Amino acid sequence: MVMRPRDERELAEAIRDSAGPLRVVGGGTRPVCAGAGVVLETGGLAGVRLYEPAALTLVVGAGTPLAEVEAVLEGARQRLGFEPVRWGALLNAAGESTIGGVVAANVSGPRRLQAGACRDALIGVRFFDGHGEVIKNGGRVMKNVTGYDLVKLMAGSWGRLGVMSEVAFKLQPAAAAEATLLLEGLGAGEAVAALSAALGSPYEVSGAGWMPDAGAMLRLEGLAESVAYRVARLSAQLARFGAVRVERDGAALWRALGEVEPLQGLAGAVWRFSVKPSEAPAILARLGCPVVLDWGGGLIWAVLPEGVDARAKAAPYSGHATLMRGPGVVFEPEMPGVAALSAGVRAKFDPRGIFIGSEGA
Amino acid sequence: MQMPVPNPAILARKAAIVAALRAVLPADAVIDDPHETRAYECDALAAYRTQPLAVVLPRSTAEVAAALRVCHGLGVPVVPRGAGTSLSGGAMPSQDAVILGVARMAAVLEVDTANRFVRVQAGRTNLAVTAAVEGAGFFYAPDPSSQLACLIAGNIAMNSGGAHCLKYGVTTNNLMGVTLVTMAGEVLEIGGPYADAGGLDLLGVICGSEGQLGVVTEATLRILPKPEGARPVLIGFGSSEGAGACVAEIIRAGVLPVAIEFMDRPCIRATEDFAHAGYPDCEALLIVEVEGAEAEIAEQLGLIRQIAMRHDPVEFREAQSEDEAKRIWLGRKSAFGAMGQINDYICLDGTIPVSALPAVLRRIGEMAAAAGLQVANVFHAGDGNMHPLILYDANLAGDLERGEALGAEILKLCVEVGGCLTGEHGVGIEKRDLMGAQFSGADMEAQMRVKDVFDPGWLLNPAKVFPLALSAARRG
Repeated sequence: MVMRPRDERELAEAIRDSAGPLRVVGGGTRPVCAGAGVVLETGGLAGVRLYEPAALTLVVGAGTPLAEVEAVLEGARQRLGFEPVRWGALLNAAGESTIGGVVAANVSGPRRLQAGACRDALIGVRFFDGHGEVIKNGGRVMKNVTGYDLVKLMAGSWGRLGVMSEVAFKLQPAAAAEATLLLEGLGAGEAVAALSAALGSPYEVSGAGWMPDAGAMLRLEGLAESVAYRVARLSAQLARFGAVRVERDGAALWRALGEVEPLQGLAGAVWRFSVKPSEAPAILARLGCPVVLDWGGGLIWAVLPEGVDARAKAAPYSGHATLMRGPGVVFEPEMPGVAALSAGVRAKFDPRGIFIGSEGA
Repeated sequence: MQMPVPNPAILARKAAIVAALRAVLPADAVIDDPHETRAYECDALAAYRTQPLAVVLPRSTAEVAAALRVCHGLGVPVVPRGAGTSLSGGAMPSQDAVILGVARMAAVLEVDTANRFVRVQAGRTNLAVTAAVEGAGFFYAPDPSSQLACLIAGNIAMNSGGAHCLKYGVTTNNLMGVTLVTMAGEVLEIGGPYADAGGLDLLGVICGSEGQLGVVTEATLRILPKPEGARPVLIGFGSSEGAGACVAEIIRAGVLPVAIEFMDRPCIRATEDFAHAGYPDCEALLIVEVEGAEAEIAEQLGLIRQIAMRHDPVEFREAQSEDEAKRIWLGRKSAFGAMGQINDYICLDGTIPVSALPAVLRRIGEMAAAAGLQVANVFHAGDGNMHPLILYDANLAGDLERGEALGAEILKLCVEVGGCLTGEHGVGIEKRDLMGAQFSGADMEAQMRVKDVFDPGWLLNPAKVFPLALSAARRG
């Protein structure tokens, strides 16, 4: 069964009248517990509510397709700084990402290491808790410490605390110019030191990853003269790691990195590790499988045969690993005291336990 | 400002409570002599003072946990305290509460430039975090104006900002992990030197919870490579509207300055008398700072100059030397001190959409005139975080109350135009009873439910943030 509320009133009713389990779905591109429960689709809660380019502010219905949000911003040469990415092809899911889905999974692309994550750009949210009651938090201004920051809690909540109806973002101006430095000779393990050196420089790197064919990738963005200056300086600084090639039109490369293109279509389970970057080379050696790196090595995408315990294989690491494509999305179990707090928060927002969400395991 | 009636049962048990704390902490870590506890009777919201029951000053996470276990067991409220620089009364004690100060925990635990983080004890000052990494070419970005004194623990509790957060974000955007001790004395590690939470983003809600969810004893902070250079320009305008329009256009144009600061005429005059920074005599001025190498600075300033010229500036002053750069910042940095010299003042920090700046400034002027009080404006214009300073005379009966009433009206105006009550100072006791202007009962209930999970007995900093009437049942 699928419910598709057309407005907030219908959404509230749908939640109030439901005995659960409810599975909240945006575009269905990041499938959680596929097949289980009654589907609550957010596509009816779509549309731009407020867009003020001079204040770098966008407020939009949570069910709005990501593509539509991007088109609106492009028209004014602005963007979501955290660079939302699409995982549909990687996770074998059809459908078009919604902005609410991006928020619910706290999805951030390569620029996360410079501009912050989705949760950092999110400045306001309206959502309906397990009682079907509307709760707003944050707002439409960039600096706001009024009361607790439930906005952060909703980002990355994977539909477990409530159903978002409206989200507000702070925006970035689009870059006037960009350039990509490629160190094509570097393997994944060797790349991390080069990426780290670049990220420790004052040249404001806005992307640092590694893909099998591209090698180490570094992105510089900004005003034209500034980019040219930084390309020259950073190229010189990185020469000790190998030959540096400058790619003027890197947009396709960065999209491929964000969408983890090299691992699309590979058989097996897809894992996502968030770790301390310097640990990456050792983790890669222990995993010994196809990988893609982002965030200077802090984000590792890996494909392993189904049934292999990737966490045990990768250990030790500081951070967390999520099974993204397998039986469903499965998080790393939290430490007992932290898990108790998370469970407590869930019980408060959804006391009837009607929202299905992925569990740690 | 109303505070709850202290619990007489706790006051009566003071000796037993202090003895129980002494049993688990070193002798010099427990203070109960009223002469010594006086130093903790207020924070930077100094108009309000109360003697705490006792003060504990632990030196380690284990000692913090021990102190909290004792207070938890005896049902004694605890008010966490950093350096006491809160402008909203976040660290203001109550007579029946133990102050838990973390100032003795100031060590650097780990500097890791390859992974770009530093781990410190939370009692370290904000500026000393940068001091620990600047030799390696890095800095910690959030820079509240009290950064010489304020502690990371307080920065996390209040989610502090600063002048440079337009580019680098506020505390929550630069905080990667904490060691948190719950009211029950449980020690938890949340987050760490890696990106994002593996489960719910508890770190996100801990940051800015005003010491109501737990006591942060250690923090993992993101550090950034220092830019090659920075330079401010000063732009004077014949009207506040002109300055406001210029801000909007700079932001729109895609230049991303690290800071855009605004001062109006009353503030310019006062700081000139005080600091003699050589500011032009004009209605409003902006200080815009950009960063980068020489050529990058020139490129950005070229664009800013082009934009400024469209708004009839009375002056465009570019710093030609380090000394001139300092003079441009001098007035702005002495603004609060200067206002303090000539008057007592109430400092507000409501945030508004940048587009509403000109209209709100005009309205504040009208409201001040109607109340017969003077208001000076100095604030972070790039992100709409205003700091109207309401001048009053503490020796004049009723003047503080008149000022507070005007302040409440101004903050309600901020909410009306789409903004919020506080952008970086926090709610504390100061704006507690205005929360209803911004939030519905359900909005606040949702927030209080989070506290119910972390601190079911509502013992940590209980009389803050939420309207007293609303939290009364939970506080018991």
